[in-house]
Amino acid sequence: MDVSTLFDDVKRMNKRQFLYQVLSFGMIVSSALMIWKGLMVVTGSESPIVVVLSGSMEPAFHRGDLLFLTNYPEEPVRVGEIVVFKVEGRDIPIVHRVLKLHEKENGTVKFLTKGDNNSVDDRGLYAPGQLWLTKKDVVGRARGMLSLLV
Amino acid sequence: MNTVKVVVKNVPDYSASREKNDLGFLTFDLQTDLTHLFNWNVKQLFLYLTAEYETANNKLNQVVLWDKIILRGENAILDFKNMNTKYYFWDDGNGLRANKNITLTLSWNIIPNAGLLPNIFAHGQHSFKFPEEYTTSRM
Repeated sequence: MDVSTLFDDVKRMNKRQFLYQVLSFGMIVSSALMIWKGLMVVTGSESPIVVVLSGSMEPAFHRGDLLFLTNYPEEPVRVGEIVVFKVEGRDIPIVHRVLKLHEKENGTVKFLTKGDNNSVDDRGLYAPGQLWLTKKDVVGRARGMLSLLV
Repeated sequence: MNTVKVVVKNVPDYSASREKNDLGFLTFDLQTDLTHLFNWNVKQLFLYLTAEYETANNKLNQVVLWDKIILRGENAILDFKNMNTKYYFWDDGNGLRANKNITLTLSWNIIPNAGLLPNIFAHGQHSFKFPEEYTTSRM
């Protein structure tokens, strides 16, 4: 890609054509953003597609696998499901499986997670003093996956 | 097809942890054949044995007692006798003693190469009770 020829092309365009290109580009970016926001609405999750960051769920998920999440409030979390959660105060999403769950009559639920490839549960990963995860820590539940490494 | 037969003997302990909760103890038998679940798109099967029960403290409790990963190509016929649980059966509170209805279910998660991740429950379930008294003897 020769940068000088790129600018030559732009110089050759008149103002109208240039503005037209800018608008087309802006539309593409906006459409992409709208699709992403639309996915957020449809799935109910703040991050409907996540990338697996660690090997703690091997051999099910490897680093680089894509996961599709949903976060519907009417579908409660159940044991054995793979959830993506964020520990309070930290930004990294963690993908692990629910090991234990205790739910009260009024709907408040607390659960414990563990990575398939880890020998201990996730209590060491939670915030200091935190023994359980709650609904608000959950970003979504894994519903589908795409593994690009075979 | 599948046959899931689960037989238990169990004893709740009053263990000294920070919270002093009920700790259940059981062993189980399990026979099942899952070879029909595998196909080209199934990378592995994640099996887990769940105990589900209700207590005065919590309406719904689900605890995974044991799990196993079966990769495609590995033997999918299981025949375990007097298997120990992999994880401690802690209750959130003291709801295990004299609990009349604990249901054990075998479920599995199909992990594909690409596509949906379904969770399936087995046909069979097995229920048992915990005894009335705590046991302090060493297991």
